[in-house]
Amino acid sequence: MAVTTPAEGLAVPVVRERTSAKMLRWLAKTPVQILLIVVGVLWLVPTIGLFFTSVMPPDVANSQGWWNIISHPSLFTWENYRAIFNNSAITSSLVTTTWIAIGGTVLPIVVAAMAAYAFAWLEFPGRDWLFVFVIALLVVPLQMALIPIFSLYNHLGIFDTTISLILYHTAFALPFSIFLLRNFFIGIPKELLEAARIDGASEFRIFARVILPLGLPAIASLAIFQFLWTWNDLLVALTLGRDTQPITVAIFSQLRQFGSNIDLIAPASFVSLAIPLVVFLAFQRYFVQGLLAGSVK
Amino acid sequence: MAVATPPAKGPPIVAAPSASAQRWRRWLIAAAFLGPAAVFLVVWIVYPTISTIIRSFFDQDGSNFVGLDNYKELFTSQTLQTAIRNNAIWVAVVPALVTAIGLIFAVLTERVRWSVAFKTAVFMPMAISLFAAGVIWHIMYFKDPGLGAVNAAIGKVHDKVNPPGVLSDALPSSPGLVGSASRGLTLARPVPAGGVAPMGLVGIPPGDVPSGAKQAVLPKRAPGAVSGVVWRDFRPGGGTPGRVEQGELGLPGVNVTIRDASGKSVGSATTADDGTFSVSGLSPGLYRTGISAKTFAQPFQGVDWLGPTLINAAVMSAYIWVWAGFAMVVIAAGLAALPRDVLEAARTDGANEWQVFRRVTVPLLAPVLTVVVITMVINVLKVFDIVLSVAPASTQDDANVIALALWRTAFSGVNDFGLGSAIATFLFLLVVPVLLLNIRRFRREA
Repeated sequence: MAVTTPAEGLAVPVVRERTSAKMLRWLAKTPVQILLIVVGVLWLVPTIGLFFTSVMPPDVANSQGWWNIISHPSLFTWENYRAIFNNSAITSSLVTTTWIAIGGTVLPIVVAAMAAYAFAWLEFPGRDWLFVFVIALLVVPLQMALIPIFSLYNHLGIFDTTISLILYHTAFALPFSIFLLRNFFIGIPKELLEAARIDGASEFRIFARVILPLGLPAIASLAIFQFLWTWNDLLVALTLGRDTQPITVAIFSQLRQFGSNIDLIAPASFVSLAIPLVVFLAFQRYFVQGLLAGSVK
Repeated sequence: MAVATPPAKGPPIVAAPSASAQRWRRWLIAAAFLGPAAVFLVVWIVYPTISTIIRSFFDQDGSNFVGLDNYKELFTSQTLQTAIRNNAIWVAVVPALVTAIGLIFAVLTERVRWSVAFKTAVFMPMAISLFAAGVIWHIMYFKDPGLGAVNAAIGKVHDKVNPPGVLSDALPSSPGLVGSASRGLTLARPVPAGGVAPMGLVGIPPGDVPSGAKQAVLPKRAPGAVSGVVWRDFRPGGGTPGRVEQGELGLPGVNVTIRDASGKSVGSATTADDGTFSVSGLSPGLYRTGISAKTFAQPFQGVDWLGPTLINAAVMSAYIWVWAGFAMVVIAAGLAALPRDVLEAARTDGANEWQVFRRVTVPLLAPVLTVVVITMVINVLKVFDIVLSVAPASTQDDANVIALALWRTAFSGVNDFGLGSAIATFLFLLVVPVLLLNIRRFRREA
């Protein structure tokens, strides 16, 4: 009896707390929603600002803020975009960027997937130590290799080529990619591999026909990451390229006279971000998955 | 011995070569799968790391061993000091802010139905290159409030609180009016109630005369009032200073203040189109009459975000804009994985939302928050592109960071590979301990 009394005593405030909490939550939601709308819009404003700047006539963009286009829609013009797509420096840099992004995505994934398969499913001495060593290479920042590779590329005569940039991106993508894919591959049911082995499939066949298709979700996350990373790179291309200019470097070389050529910088920047943005919006799910798997770049 | 026991060891002896051959085959296959990765890792990461460390003990062109000279330079050179100091500020400020903002967003969006739209908006900058993000913010931060959106927004508020005056500058036309435009001008001789106070100004370019100005008029005396005129005491040909003449314009919108002998304000007026004003209802006595500094208040000039003092804050805020979405998404995933019953139990026990957040949510999220902070510290140590695009050339020295200093030392201008290698090694040493923490986490997961 002595026990039930405090229990009943507790039950009353619990019910009261629930209703009041519900009311509070309902009341609290409206300001939170308004706050979120305001912050969400504010977060978009800078990008919208770049777009508006890019569709204003050059003389207007240099003398008026981009928001004026809202009250003067007649200012809107695609002329700047027409100009940059007729500018061979910009168009060729977009082609370069595309090649770097495709090569820098496909090559590291193929190389990493092979290594990850070996680490996950093949037996050889020192496997675990080698894997730890590969993960340890994550600590090496990209910047660490710039100077020796600059010299090496000059030595080999491959300095200032698209392929040399792809190779650099490939190498620095490997530690993380191998780590991610190995952890994914190891979760593939053993029976599937064994069945294939009993059927007499070679390791290469198992890799191509069993592992790669089943590893697709992880490969997709990695591909999105790698595509965005290589598309958006400035440092590697700036250092190891001269005439091989991806779009970031092409815009960078225009920055010195910021202001006078905003009609070129703004649309070129917008084009450079529109493509990764589309990729990102289309594959957001994979991107988030990859992010949650642990990004260290 | 081997011959003595053939029957028992028979099968193994036959199988042994085939087993070792099979082992060899397995190793060969493993090597084939690992080979390409090994080549990349050795040629592009292992060898360059060793090479850079060795190179950092040699001089600019690599011909002479210089011991620790490059490292001495690293810690004494003015530019590199700025870079290291700035990077320290980055590490101290940015990861904490990004994590805090991400946590707030994640918690706020948790129970909102359309949170996907908000999350997409905040997460979107992650897809943009840091370089392009820098271009975006460079445009946002233009100093002229007519061009830069940030200053335009501040200017809107500033001009509401502190409306700009009708004139930018002027000088008194006669010695009777003392003071300056910035502090306000006052007639040296107090004006009695019922008196007239002419206050002539010169040094106003025709373009600065407020629109709507009409011929100046010297008002009549009125009992119990101080009246007067503020006018542009100049006409083509000159005119007589201190006298209101034909062809001289009144200055409308000028703020006139009247103070009593003790200096207390007893009234104020704004001049009409002909420059006249009148403050009535005054008791007999002498009044200090003058033009307030408000008349000359400058419109908002714009904060110099891209100038030397604020450039670091400007670059960091752009960087936070990019990365807040990352923190939000990772923390939101952590939130979703929290045991609901623990939170509900806390609520049932009568904890309010803040207590639940502070005492239950945050401690349970601690591992996730640590991951975000560590990731951000590593990112911030290597920050590069966004500094190059937000900071104009004139303030890039003030915004310098380690990775930028490395690139500028080794590849832009001087091409000092010795010092550059020392900077790279220094960066490497900074990143190692932080990443080792991260890798320990990785291995636990693996």
